[in-house]
Amino acid sequence: MDNSNVQSLSGRSKVVSDKKLSFVERLYLPAIFKGMVITLKHLLKRKATIRYPETKREFSDIYRGRHVLKRDDQGRERCTACGLCAVACPAEAITMVAAERKAGEEHLYREEKYAEKYEINMLRCIFCGLCEEACPKESIFLTTEIVKSDFLRDRFIYGKDMLVEPIDKPIDISKRQTPAVLAFKKEKNRKHND
Amino acid sequence: MDQQFIIYKTVLALSIMLISLLVAMYSTLAERKLAAFFQDRLGPDRAGPFGLLQPLADGVKLFFKEEFMPASANKFLYILGPSITMLVALLTSAVIPWGDSLTINGQTYRVQVADVNIGILYVFAVVSVGVYGIMIGGWASNNKYALLGAIRAASQMISYELAMGLSIIAVIMMSGTLSLQEIVDQQKGFNWNVWYQPLGFIIFLICALAECNRAPFDLPECETELVGGYHTEYSSMKLGFYLFAEYINMFISAAIISALYFGGYHFPFEDSLGLSANMLTIVGMVVFFIKITFFGFVFMWIRWTLPRFRYDQLMGLGWKKLIPLAIFNMVITGLIVRLLN
Repeated sequence: MDNSNVQSLSGRSKVVSDKKLSFVERLYLPAIFKGMVITLKHLLKRKATIRYPETKREFSDIYRGRHVLKRDDQGRERCTACGLCAVACPAEAITMVAAERKAGEEHLYREEKYAEKYEINMLRCIFCGLCEEACPKESIFLTTEIVKSDFLRDRFIYGKDMLVEPIDKPIDISKRQTPAVLAFKKEKNRKHND
Repeated sequence: MDQQFIIYKTVLALSIMLISLLVAMYSTLAERKLAAFFQDRLGPDRAGPFGLLQPLADGVKLFFKEEFMPASANKFLYILGPSITMLVALLTSAVIPWGDSLTINGQTYRVQVADVNIGILYVFAVVSVGVYGIMIGGWASNNKYALLGAIRAASQMISYELAMGLSIIAVIMMSGTLSLQEIVDQQKGFNWNVWYQPLGFIIFLICALAECNRAPFDLPECETELVGGYHTEYSSMKLGFYLFAEYINMFISAAIISALYFGGYHFPFEDSLGLSANMLTIVGMVVFFIKITFFGFVFMWIRWTLPRFRYDQLMGLGWKKLIPLAIFNMVITGLIVRLLN
């Protein structure tokens, strides 16, 4: 088959032939020098390695890393243990136990019902972000933090101690709420969108 | 022999041995760093600043590894193998002229442990013994891979020694001496042998790579085919000796290449600098080390550029290309030397 009139789309393809090598080609030394020049160029190139703990790869603002359970502006947990995130989760990674808010706990929980226990199995989680999408209370969000490696599987089941954001160190998730997301949430015009 | 002479030689011999070991240590780091850089990586940088303590970490690791010996191995030969390799690697450095001469307390000494008048033959003889280390080690392990690696190493080293010897004969014919010191001194200034012996230099360089069992001639070790080649059954510091000897050999080869073809400790315009004799010797030694470092770099550069030869290609190159070329080079040199004198 004659392929000579077939155009290369990428412009990078090279025609290979098994013609007899010329004397210079049979010496191999020029080809070796050519190869050495190529490796020398790589010697001076920018390196691809990231020195991990010191420098971190830059993530996009909407990177789907480990989860956070947000508090509202008064420091109360937003989660009401409705279980929509657990239903939405395709990996069945989320479990929770709901409890009723007692009198005097109003400063801790935003609504009458709250999650007494809330666990995400980080080994099951596929970080799809469907929980974030499903949450009607703006409570669960994925962050740009990553799940740290560990030696024991037990420690990958993150409870509320790991997930709820610390009061003194709020986690900024405003960048995740793109204009499109915000518009969508406004449109619903429900109470929980306050 | 006065006391000062003995002290000087002892100090020199010891420091050269230590420097060889130190250079070998840091060659391993340089090798890994360069390999990484050639592949757009960073290489080891965790142990100490820029990974400078990595060789120490490696050494400690090797020492603490289990000392394993195959049950069916010949114990005496098994231990003898790496010992010979290491011994031979360190022996060669004795005749290399590291610098001109130093004047201490009115007495002049050469910066060379032993100015043997057959220096280059000595190097050859000692390097040839090196193959026994590999042969014995590979055979004593009583392992098929090790034996195959050892046989490969033996036939490879013998094949390439021929071409190497022939290419050196051309240099010897030009200089008319076997003493390394004199060969170096004849290349004063920029009058380097490589200008007269470019073909000989290339043959020597290729053979040196083969003699050191370096890529693209690392068939005795080739991890992909023979597990580890002749040192498959070795562990702990015995393995360390084999690996270490390889780097010392590389260092010595680089030194001999720079001494034979690139003027050793001589450098252009050395007389017009107006330095005192001692100063000039020291600067010369530094220049010599720069040359050695450069050739060490070239060795690594080649290793991380070229893939390994197939065994028949290796033999074909050695016997059918390099030896005829070396003989041709020798005959031409002989004719020219004869015509000029």
